[in-house]
Amino acid sequence: MSVLRRYRGLAAEGVLGLNKRNGDYILKFNPRHLYPLVDDKLRTKRLALQADIAVPELYGVMETQRDIRRLPEIVKDHPEFALKPAHGSAGDGIVVISGRSAGRYRTISGALLDEEFLSHHLSNAINGQFSLGGVPDVVIVEYMVRFSALFERISFQGVPDVRVIVFRGYPIMAMVRLPTRSSNGKANLHQGAVGAGIDLASGVTLDGVIGTQVVTQHPDTTHNIAGLQINDWNTILDISARCYELTGLGYIGVDIVLDRDLGPLVLELNARPGLAIQIANRQGLLRRLHICEQRADFNAPAARRIEFAKREFQHPVGPIIDTAAVEVAVA
Amino acid sequence: MNNRHIYSLSVVLTVLSLALFYYKAHVLGFPVAPQEQTQIWTIEAAVSFTPGPAAMKATLRIPGLTPGYSLMDENFVSRGFGLTTRSALAGREAVWAVREATGPQTVYYRALVYKDPQRQVEDTTPPFPEFPELDEPSKIALEGLIADVRRQSADVASFTTELLRRISQGETDPYIRLFLNRTDTPADRAHLATIFLAGAQIPARIAHGVVLRDRAGAVQPEVLLEVHDGVEWLYFNPVTLQQGLPQDFLIWWRGDEKLAEIEGGSALGVTLAVQQSLLDSLLIAERRAEQRGSHSAEFSLFSLPIATQAVYSVLLMIPIGALAIMILRNFVGIKTFGTFMPVLVALAFRETRLLWGVTLFAVIVSLGLLIRFYLEKLRLLLVPRLTCVLTVVVLLMAGISVFSHRLGLQPGLSIALFPMVIISMTIERMSIVWEERGAAEAIQEGVGSLIVAAIAYLVMEIAWLEHIIFVFPELLFLVIAATLLVGRYTGYRLLELRRFKALMPREGQA
Repeated sequence: MSVLRRYRGLAAEGVLGLNKRNGDYILKFNPRHLYPLVDDKLRTKRLALQADIAVPELYGVMETQRDIRRLPEIVKDHPEFALKPAHGSAGDGIVVISGRSAGRYRTISGALLDEEFLSHHLSNAINGQFSLGGVPDVVIVEYMVRFSALFERISFQGVPDVRVIVFRGYPIMAMVRLPTRSSNGKANLHQGAVGAGIDLASGVTLDGVIGTQVVTQHPDTTHNIAGLQINDWNTILDISARCYELTGLGYIGVDIVLDRDLGPLVLELNARPGLAIQIANRQGLLRRLHICEQRADFNAPAARRIEFAKREFQHPVGPIIDTAAVEVAVA
Repeated sequence: MNNRHIYSLSVVLTVLSLALFYYKAHVLGFPVAPQEQTQIWTIEAAVSFTPGPAAMKATLRIPGLTPGYSLMDENFVSRGFGLTTRSALAGREAVWAVREATGPQTVYYRALVYKDPQRQVEDTTPPFPEFPELDEPSKIALEGLIADVRRQSADVASFTTELLRRISQGETDPYIRLFLNRTDTPADRAHLATIFLAGAQIPARIAHGVVLRDRAGAVQPEVLLEVHDGVEWLYFNPVTLQQGLPQDFLIWWRGDEKLAEIEGGSALGVTLAVQQSLLDSLLIAERRAEQRGSHSAEFSLFSLPIATQAVYSVLLMIPIGALAIMILRNFVGIKTFGTFMPVLVALAFRETRLLWGVTLFAVIVSLGLLIRFYLEKLRLLLVPRLTCVLTVVVLLMAGISVFSHRLGLQPGLSIALFPMVIISMTIERMSIVWEERGAAEAIQEGVGSLIVAAIAYLVMEIAWLEHIIFVFPELLFLVIAATLLVGRYTGYRLLELRRFKALMPREGQA
C-alpha cells in the first residue's frame, strides 16, 4: 500500500499523530507552568486530596539520602506499601512491597530484596535516576493498592490500571492496561502489557491490543478480554473529569486503579499521554477531539460533561474497525 | 492564527537568504562550487631606453577602460624613477621621470586582469567628429567614397565593414588609391578608416590591445577599429573585417599615439608579455567586493584567521546535521538517545570516517555497557557512577588508540575526537532503558541513534554543501525557515503509518 494512501487512510479515521498531539493539543492546551503539578506525583496527590479526589494514602516522603534510614519507621504500621519516585515516568523506579520475611522485603512479584539493595535503589531514585533530565527527586511511600478481583482473570500479576484521556474536562477515550508475563507485571504498553479499549458510555471492555496486534484473549490467562463491566465506572468518569479543574491542563491522561476496598483511586496524571489508546479502542482520538471542539460547552460542570461524553462517545462512535478483519490483515 | 505569522516569517527569511545568496553569487561572483578557479592573466610591459644627459621622461599607456576584463592588481617596477599615473585621451598613462640616470634602463608595468562580463558598457557616448581637414581633390574623393559606400550599406556596422573592405582592396578602388600612399600596416588602415568615418559623421577611434593567450610569452599589440553607432561601441578588425570584440582581446590603449613615448632619451623599446594562471575564485570575488565598496566580504568569515575559519567551516555544518535529525525525528519518527547526541557523534565520524566510526562507537558503547552493568552490582550513587563510567570510557578510548596503533591501523587514533561525555551519558541512559524497558528497546534506540548519526554524517560530509554554507552562511536562514515550518508540521510521521496500521479503514486493507 502506498505511503500516501496509508496517510490518507489514517487521516480519514481521525487518528492523532505525535506531531499533531504535541503541536495542536499539548502546546496549545497544556501551559508549561502547570507541568510541575502533574510531573511531581506528590503535588498531584496533595491537589487531589484538597479536591476530595480519592488517591492512595501517603505514608511518608523521603527527600534526602538520610531519610532512607527512616523507611522502617515510616512503614512500621504498614506491611504492604509502594515506593515511587515523585518524578518517575512510565512506571520507572516503582517498587511495590507486599510483605516482609526474615528482615527482607518481598516484592509483589515474589522477589526478596535485602535492606541494602532497597537502600541503593532509593538512593538512585533520590539522585534522579528515574526523573526526566536526572534532576534530584524525592521518593513517596504510599498505600499499596489491593487491586480488585475484577481484572484477576485477565491480568498477570501487577496492578491493572484504567487510563482516561481528558480533553478540557471531557473524558474522550479510555482503556484498561493489563499486565502480562512479558511486561513483568507492569501496566506498561511499551513493555508488552495488553491495552483494551473501554466503551465510554457503559464501562464495558473491548478487545485488547499487544503492541499493534489485536488480541481477544489475555496471552497468559487465555480469558476473553472483551465484555467485562468495570464497576464504579461513573465514579471513574467523575474523578477523571474533575482532574481538569485540579490542574487546568487541557489535555491529560488520568491513571486510575481500582482498589478492592477503596474503589477507584487516582494514581497519577500525565500531561503527555501516549497514543496507543487509539489502537486499543481501534479508533482515532482526533475524531472525538473534533466532536468536543465543535459541540462541547467547555464551561459546563463535570456532571454535564460526563453526560455529553457518554452520549457522544458511546461505542461505536462512527466506523469501528472489524476486529476479525484486522486480525487477518495483521497475520 | 499565528500560523500565518510563522509562514510570513519563514517567507521573509527565505527571501532574505536567497537575495543575499544571489547578490554574492552573481554580482560579487562568490563561487558556488568548491575549488572553483578563475583564469587570470599577468600582463607585463617592459619599457627599455637609454637616458640622455639631462632630465628624461618616459610615458607608457596603460590599460584603463577594458571591456570584458577587470583589473585586479597592478604594480610598477622602477627603482629610482619618479612615477605618476594620470588619465589622458588615450586612456591612462604612467609617466616615469628622472633627473639623472646613466646606462640603459628598463622599467616594468605589471597588472593582473580577469574576465569580468559586467565590464561592458561603462563608456560614454562620444560627440560627433569634425570633418577632416583635407585638400580639395581629397575632399571630393572622400565625399564620393562616402556616397558610394553609403549606397551599399544599411547602417553604421555595414557601412564600416564595406569601408574596411574597400580599404583592404585599396589598389583597385579609385577613391582609396588617392589616399593610399603608406597604408601598409593594420594601424594605418584603421587610421585611414577613422578619417573616412569622420567624414561620414561617425565617431570612431583606434583601439590597441593584446590577445590573452594560454601560453606564456611575448605578444605584439594588435589593432581594432572602434565605431560608435549612436548606442554602443562596435569593434572591427581592420584586416579580417570581422565584427565584434574578440574573446580574449584586452584593450590596452586607444587613439593614434604610440604605446610609449620618451623625452630626453633614446633607444626606446617596449615588450609586452602575457602569462595565464589560475586563481581561487574566492580571492577574485573578495577583491571585487572590495572594489565595489560592498561590506559583504569585510564582514564575512573570510576576514577571520585561517584557523578560526577552519573551525567555522565545521561549526556551520552542525545546523545542517541538526536539520537532518529534525527531519528523521519529526517526519520519519526514529527514536534516538538524546536529541542532538547523533550530531556530536556525526562530527566525530568526520575524523574517523563512517565505517570505522560506527565500529568504534559500537565497541565503546558495548564495552561501556558491560562496565556499567558491573557497576550496577556495586550500588554506587548516581554521580560517582557517571564519573566512573566517563573515566572508563576515556581509558577505553586510549586503549583502543594504543592497540590499533600497534596493529598499524591509523583510524584507531582518531577515536580521541569522540565526544566522551556524551557517550558516557548514552551508556548510562541505555543501561537504564535496558533494565527498565528491556534489551530490545535499548538496542533499538541505540541502533536508531547510530543510524541517525550516520545519516547526519553523510549529509554533513557533502563537500559542496560544506563549501556553499561556509561561503554563503546566510543560507542558514533557510534552515531556520525550515525549522519554523517543520515546527508546525502536525501530520503523521512515517513510522506512525505502520504503528497505527490496525486503525486503517477496512477498504484500505485490501
